[in-house]
Amino acid sequence: MNAQAEAMTDNRIPTQNEESAESLLQIRGLKKRFSLSGDFLDQLRFKGGKLVRHQEYVHAINGVNLDIHRGEALCVVGESGCGKSTVARIVMGLISPTEGEISYNGERIDNLNSRALLAYRKRMQMIFQNPYASLNPRMTIQQTLEEPLRLHHPDWDRQKVVTKVEEVMHSVGIDPDWGKRFGHEFSGGQRQRIAIARALAVDPEFIVADEPISALDVSIQAQVLNLLMEAQHERNLTYLFITHDLAVVEHFGTRVAVMYLGTVCEIANTATLFAKPRHPYTQALMSAIPRLEDDRPQHVRLEGEVPTPVNLPSGCVFHGRCPYANARCREEIPLLQTQDDGTRVACHAVEEGRL
Amino acid sequence: MNASSSALPSRWERLRDSYLLYSFKRDIVAQISLVVFIGLVAVAVLAPWLSPMNPYDLAQIDILSSELPPFWIDGSDAQYLLGTDAQGRDMLSTILYGARVSLMIGFGAVALQALIGVCFGLLAGYLGGRIDAFLMRLADIQLSFSTLMVAIIVGALVKAIFGGETFSAYAVPLLILIIGLAEWPQYARTVRASVLAEKNKEYVDAARVMGLRSKRIMFRHILPNTLSPIFVISTVQIANAIISEAALSFLGLGMPETHPSLGSLIKAGFDYIQSGSWWITLIPGAVLIVLVLSINLLGDWLRDVMNPRLYKG
Repeated sequence: MNAQAEAMTDNRIPTQNEESAESLLQIRGLKKRFSLSGDFLDQLRFKGGKLVRHQEYVHAINGVNLDIHRGEALCVVGESGCGKSTVARIVMGLISPTEGEISYNGERIDNLNSRALLAYRKRMQMIFQNPYASLNPRMTIQQTLEEPLRLHHPDWDRQKVVTKVEEVMHSVGIDPDWGKRFGHEFSGGQRQRIAIARALAVDPEFIVADEPISALDVSIQAQVLNLLMEAQHERNLTYLFITHDLAVVEHFGTRVAVMYLGTVCEIANTATLFAKPRHPYTQALMSAIPRLEDDRPQHVRLEGEVPTPVNLPSGCVFHGRCPYANARCREEIPLLQTQDDGTRVACHAVEEGRL
Repeated sequence: MNASSSALPSRWERLRDSYLLYSFKRDIVAQISLVVFIGLVAVAVLAPWLSPMNPYDLAQIDILSSELPPFWIDGSDAQYLLGTDAQGRDMLSTILYGARVSLMIGFGAVALQALIGVCFGLLAGYLGGRIDAFLMRLADIQLSFSTLMVAIIVGALVKAIFGGETFSAYAVPLLILIIGLAEWPQYARTVRASVLAEKNKEYVDAARVMGLRSKRIMFRHILPNTLSPIFVISTVQIANAIISEAALSFLGLGMPETHPSLGSLIKAGFDYIQSGSWWITLIPGAVLIVLVLSINLLGDWLRDVMNPRLYKG
C-alpha cells in the first residue's frame, strides 16, 4: 500500500501550483507523434550504397500542459491541423500519447487498461463533430441510448433504463416517441441532440466536445450551443470544447487556450483574451474576426504558411511568421509564463517586454 | 387514412418501400432466377415426399429395369419419368435426392466459410497490427493454391488415412469442412476491407468512449454495417461451393455413388454416355447448370442493387 502511494506521488509533476487543486483534469507534457513511414520493410532505404532505416513522424502535439477546472468550459481554438482534436482524443483514451500524462481528479488515467478505465468512462463522455457519422446507422435511437446505460448500470431493470432514456431525450428536446426510428430519419441538428443525449445518459461530470456544431447548419448551431450551456448549468458539467469559431468561444467559453502547431501559445479568461490578446499569433487571430466598427487597428497579416509538422521549426514554432521574432525565438522554445492578470503566454517577446 | 400511415413503418412496410423490392419488380431475370432457385430448393427439401422411390433403399431397386430411357423416347417405362440409371434407380428420385445433398453441402460450406472468414476479417480489420498481418498473409498463402487443389489434397489424405468406407460414411460433413476451409479468405478479405472503412467512423469512436469491449464493438456495431458485401459474396460462394462439390465428386473424392450428389450422378453416368444412355449424365448436369446459373444471376442482381454507387450517385 505504502509503495503504491509513493508511486502515485512520484507520478505527479512537481510544478503543480495552487490552481491545480481545483482542477478536474490535468494534461502534463503531452506529446504525440504519428509515424508516416509504414512498417519495418517500408522504412528501409538505400542511402549511399547502404541500407538505412528511415523514419518520419508527424509531430501532432509537442508538449501541451493544460488544467481544466471544475465547472468551467475550456475552449481550445486554433486552425486546422494544430492538434486540437488530437488532444481531445488522447484525453478520452481513443489514442495513447507518445509522452506525457493525463490525470483526472489527481489520478493518472492515460496508462490504465480498458477495464480500469470503465469507471472513468462513466464520468467523462465525448460529443463528436459529425452527427451523420456518430450514430450507428443500424441501431434505433432507443438502442443507441440504452446501450451506455446497460453497460454502466448492469443492475438496473428494464423499466429504470427506459425511464432514464425518456428523461434524457426530454432534456435534449427529442420526443421520446421517436425512439424506434433510425438515425438517418433525423436532421443534422436532431442527430446532434441525440448524440448529446447519449453522452448525458450516464450522468457524466466532464464532457469533451470536438467541434460539436461545425457540421451543423448556422441556424441550428445556436440551438445546440444553448442546449450545451443549459446542460452545463443543470448538471454542473465541465467542458473541454474544441472549436475554431471565435464567436462561439466568446459566447461559450470560461477560458480559452490558443493552439498553434501542436503547442499552446496562450491561455486566458475569455474576456481577457478578447480584450487584450498577448501572443502575436493570438493578436493576428483576433484581428481576423470581421467586425462592423471601422476604428479598430489594422488587420494583422501573417506571412507564409503554417510550417509542416513533419520537420518542426527550431525554437518557437511561430518564429517563421512572427513579426517580432529575434535570434532567441529561433533557438529557444518559449514556455508558458503567467502574467500579472493570470494569463499564461508562451512568447519570448512578451516575457522580455518587447511587445 | 389507414392506421399504418400514422404509425411508424413496420418491417414489412419498410421492405415494401425499399429500393431492393423496387428494383426486383423491374428485373425480369432476377424474378425468373428467384422462382427457379426457390423451386429447386423446395423440391430438393421435399424430396422424400415428392420422389416416386427412395434411391437409398436397395430393396426398391430392380437391376432388370436399369438404363431405361426417359418418357419421350421409345422403350421407356411410365413408372420412371426420367428413366433409370445403370443400377436401376429412378433418375427423377435420384436427382431430387442428389440436389438435396448438393444444396446441403453448398449452404453448409458457405456457412462455415462465412463463420471463419467473418471472424478473421473482423479481427484483422479491427485489431490491425500483427494480427492483421498474420491473418492476411495466411489468406494470401491459401489463395495462392487453387481451391480445388487444396480440397483434393485434404480429401485424398482423409481417404488414405481413414479408408474409403469411413470417408463415405462422413462424406457430407467432410465435404462441408473441406470446401469451407478452402474458401474462407474470400470472406476474410471482403469483411476486412469493409471493417477498415467502418472503424474510422465516429460511431465506433463513440462506442469506444462509452467503454464497450472490442468484441461487442466488432459484432454489434461494425458487423451489421458490413452485411451487404457479405450477402453479395454469399450468393456467388454458394454457387462456387456446389460446383466445387460436383467437381470433387466427379473426381471420385466426393459423395459415394450409393448416396449421390449431382456431381457423383454425372460421374456415374459418364461411363455410359458412349453406350447410348446419355440421360444418366446429361439430366443431372442440366439440373446442376440451372441451379448454379439461377444462383449466379441472383447474385449479380443483388450486387448491382447493393452497390451504392449505382443508385445513390
